[in-house]
Amino acid sequence: MSVADTIPEIDTEEARRIRKRQIERVARWTMPIVVMFVTLVTWDWIVTANAIPHYILPSPRNVWDSLTGDWDILFDSAILTGRITLMALGLAVLGGAGLAILFNQSKMLEMSFYPYAVILQVTPVVSIAPLIFIYVDSKVAGMLLCAWLVAFFPVLSSTTLGLNSVDHNLRDLFRIYGATRWQRLTMLQLPSALPYFLGGLKIAGGLSLIGAVVAELVAGTGGVGTGLAFRIQEAGYRLNIARMFAALSLVAAMGVFIFAALSLISHMLLHKWHESALKRDH
Amino acid sequence: MSLVTTPGALAPLNERPRLLTMDRVDKVFGGDVVALRGMHLDVNEGDFISLLGPSGCGKSTALRLIAGLMQPTAGRIDWEGGQHRGDLGVVFQEPTLMPWATVAQNVSLPFRLRGKSHSSVRDDVKEALDLVGLGKFANSYPRELSGGMKMRVSIARAMVTHPRLILMDEPFAALDEITRFKLNNDLLELKQKIGCTVIFVTHSVFESVFLSDRIVVMAARPGRVIREVQVDEPYPRDEDFRTSADYAAHCRAASDALHEAMGDAA
Repeated sequence: MSVADTIPEIDTEEARRIRKRQIERVARWTMPIVVMFVTLVTWDWIVTANAIPHYILPSPRNVWDSLTGDWDILFDSAILTGRITLMALGLAVLGGAGLAILFNQSKMLEMSFYPYAVILQVTPVVSIAPLIFIYVDSKVAGMLLCAWLVAFFPVLSSTTLGLNSVDHNLRDLFRIYGATRWQRLTMLQLPSALPYFLGGLKIAGGLSLIGAVVAELVAGTGGVGTGLAFRIQEAGYRLNIARMFAALSLVAAMGVFIFAALSLISHMLLHKWHESALKRDH
Repeated sequence: MSLVTTPGALAPLNERPRLLTMDRVDKVFGGDVVALRGMHLDVNEGDFISLLGPSGCGKSTALRLIAGLMQPTAGRIDWEGGQHRGDLGVVFQEPTLMPWATVAQNVSLPFRLRGKSHSSVRDDVKEALDLVGLGKFANSYPRELSGGMKMRVSIARAMVTHPRLILMDEPFAALDEITRFKLNNDLLELKQKIGCTVIFVTHSVFESVFLSDRIVVMAARPGRVIREVQVDEPYPRDEDFRTSADYAAHCRAASDALHEAMGDAA
């Protein structure tokens, strides 16, 4: 019998590593669910054991009833908030990426306006929002502007970084082959910037939801229907705490949905070639 | 048009038609850093020239000047019959591939930058990839390839347009020795097949002797040509040449010239 025959193909260390990986794969999904379950049970127990009235802290059961009972109202509100959020995100992509390309093509333009983009970004939107609604008559336009203001900057700054991160040798290569400015932009800079842009987009997705919520809180309803943020505020005035929780969970769910959708888009665009999408085994 | 030309015998060194002349070229950076001083270099058709020297001797600067990536401070670079689009192919120290594009798309880049579509040059791309032994990897992405394979793609891209001159800036310096030897052999075979002219920057005496028929030894501060060592040995060269007494003698000559260059700089 040769030496090779006596050695099992998987040694104990390798077996342990494989087992660990299997456990981790399952745990990635089950553990958060377990945590949620434990939290809900504990929450329910605290409310029942201490006989806390529902207008102070509703039980998970109350929240669920509110979510299902008020579904029509809440769903309409979610649609409204969602629409503002997505439109703002769309405008943030157009504005942010457009400005980044413009700045990249003209250094003068970048030097002139980039500082003001930073100032717009660092000024809290809550403090700008009331001003916006003084000068912008249309509530929808005002809300869009608010959400856009918070969301466009990550797209702008990450795309700018990406456009400037082109490999120097590739840039030289394009010059040697006599590439036009347009060819350099479309065939070299934009693909180079894509991973950076997508990183900025994920941040912008969350921020546009925040922007939309803030805008709603400042704007009130004013005849354009009622968004989720206003529902939360309204339910608060009425001490309908269960509905506050229900609306809040919908806002959170929207945020998760946006993030997941953008992550999926990012994965689809990058998985073939980008390092970030590489799977490492060990 | 096929990349492979009828393999006629290479003309003797001093009988080859002129391709390009660097005439007393100076390059000064920032007014006081002299990267090149009075560099003269005649490049003839079919030459395999190595620029050999210590770091800072201006070999990469010379390459960038020939590539047109910078202008000389003084002196001229003249192409016989003028320079045309597609006259140059370049291979950098890094493979410098576009990671988002497939191997075939990377190789067709020089054509696409001239306004040709990828599909119209499919045959040229395929031939270039076959020549570097990567015909089966046309639809792979660069990250799926090894370092040596990426470099082959880079070489295929440099020669796909039948350039008159291929510039190579230490292309194999970052590879392991086994891969480097293999690529050296393959490069000579390729050059033989397609009959192009090569200027090859290296800091390896052995590599320069094995590959080239002219070694231009340069010194630093200021960058300048010290001496030219001719390796008048016939191609094809193979592993036997690597172990021959002639090879050792040429290495000795190049090494002495390099020491002279380094001594000057010290």
